[in-house]
Amino acid sequence: MEIKEIQEEIIDEFSFFDDWMQRYEHMISLGKSLPLIDEQNKTDEYLIKGCQSKVWVFPEFKDGKVYFTADSDAIITKGIVALLLRVFSNQTPQDILNADTSFIDVIGLKEHLSPTRANGLVSMIKQLKMYALAYQSQLN
Amino acid sequence: MMTENKSTPFDVESIRKDFPILSRKVNGYPLVYLDNAATSQKPLAVIDALVDYYSNYNANIHRGVHTLSQEATDAYEQAREKIRVHFNVRQSKEIIFTSGTTHAINLVASGFRSILQKGDEVIVSTLEHHSNIVPWQMLCESTGAVLKVLPINQEGELEMNEFSRMVSPKTKLVVVNHISNALGTINPIEEIIKITHNAGAAVLIDGAQACAHIKPDLQALDVDFYTCSAHKMCGPTGVGILFGKEEWLSKLPPYQGGGEMIKEVTYEKTTYADLPHKFEAGTPNIAGGIAYGVALDYLNKIGFDKIAQYENQLLQYATEQLLEIEGLRIFGTGKNKTSVISFNIQGIHPYDIGTIVDKLGIAVRTGHHCAQPLMDFYNIPGTVRASFAFYNTFHEIDVLIKAVKKAKQMLT
Repeated sequence: MEIKEIQEEIIDEFSFFDDWMQRYEHMISLGKSLPLIDEQNKTDEYLIKGCQSKVWVFPEFKDGKVYFTADSDAIITKGIVALLLRVFSNQTPQDILNADTSFIDVIGLKEHLSPTRANGLVSMIKQLKMYALAYQSQLN
Repeated sequence: MMTENKSTPFDVESIRKDFPILSRKVNGYPLVYLDNAATSQKPLAVIDALVDYYSNYNANIHRGVHTLSQEATDAYEQAREKIRVHFNVRQSKEIIFTSGTTHAINLVASGFRSILQKGDEVIVSTLEHHSNIVPWQMLCESTGAVLKVLPINQEGELEMNEFSRMVSPKTKLVVVNHISNALGTINPIEEIIKITHNAGAAVLIDGAQACAHIKPDLQALDVDFYTCSAHKMCGPTGVGILFGKEEWLSKLPPYQGGGEMIKEVTYEKTTYADLPHKFEAGTPNIAGGIAYGVALDYLNKIGFDKIAQYENQLLQYATEQLLEIEGLRIFGTGKNKTSVISFNIQGIHPYDIGTIVDKLGIAVRTGHHCAQPLMDFYNIPGTVRASFAFYNTFHEIDVLIKAVKKAKQMLT
């Protein structure tokens, strides 16, 4: 599925919730389905800086597409990472680089987009795009 | 939960009316502000003092002959005098205005570069905030002195037997906080000062967390340096003090060069101003200093005895209620504590709890509280910290307990 379609699917999914509590409960359950990073890759190299909780993201590049696995020691953060990976994993570097992330605002998680927020969502997005950029430059 | 029977030594509802921010809503809920150890809220009197200064007598101090400058200088120096009286300091020139505790500590640490020699020892404790660790590390790096760390026990109390063993003729400086920001432990500073002085060394006490709860008598303590920040005690941000005994302040070289701190300047040689101006280069936070004096007036009018008594009741009530939550562990269980509770719930990251309770209008701090070595001691990534002030209520603690239970239910 294309990034835009996945984002619309997520927006649709979140539109059923009336309040923040249901949104967070959904995110927490999404966190449980996160494609988990291999324990051996939970190293400083794959640790994303700027988060109050620990977040590891491991990229792989296969057949022209980028795949991510990840983990976090905080469950809400894990849910946020799961949402991001659903959008960004299994995509081409170019599509990842072109993707916008306004869906996060639309689904009512705007507060997590603030660059001063300690959960580092902005750092996560930046890191995913950095990996995409690195693979993109390999292709060129 | 029963809260009605709690007797209060003063009228908290009327006190709350002095703080405009306490009537606002956060995420649709009435604000429950329990992050007082990070910064306190400000009473209207303090806010008014800031507005009054900028509206009526804003001018630079200590230089102009014009009326406004005179008025501003008088108000600023009156604030210094209020601070002197509050802390029972012998001479007002021993009070240096700084931008806060961090600035005050750095001023002393920088000054000791010209005093310490290779092999000298500086003792800090495991309970310290980063701002009372890093400046001393920098000092030791530049002088070749050795940084030694005073250990704590599982309750979060300083190991005083160990301290007596650590202090030696090599010890030149001991730096400890009066109260731990992360755990709320009140440290036995009287004993620390005595032991250190017997060894011929100097003591700096970081009072940032203490001054909102305790009124320290600096002459009785006989401490060499004491620091605090106005914003933790109902004053504005960006202002604080360094107290230093005159003999020490005279010995330390100036920290920053600039205006105000000089007597005479030629290109060949500058002579420095007398205390306290020697350490007050540049235009200070004039409005902040004046408003700090007003904050002290405000707190003293309520009375520190009453504040401590009420906050202790809040602490006890919150501790009892929190411990009823299964899997909850409190870090910092020493006998002598102020109204700070650091906790975790088994299997849940503090960040998750902080996020959920914020959604319910409650402000707590989560994370390592700028005390990473202390978190390493307990082998945890951080804690949730609820810290209470005299304007908090038993009802707010009930709201917190309910929210923590809700968070636990959602997160497990």
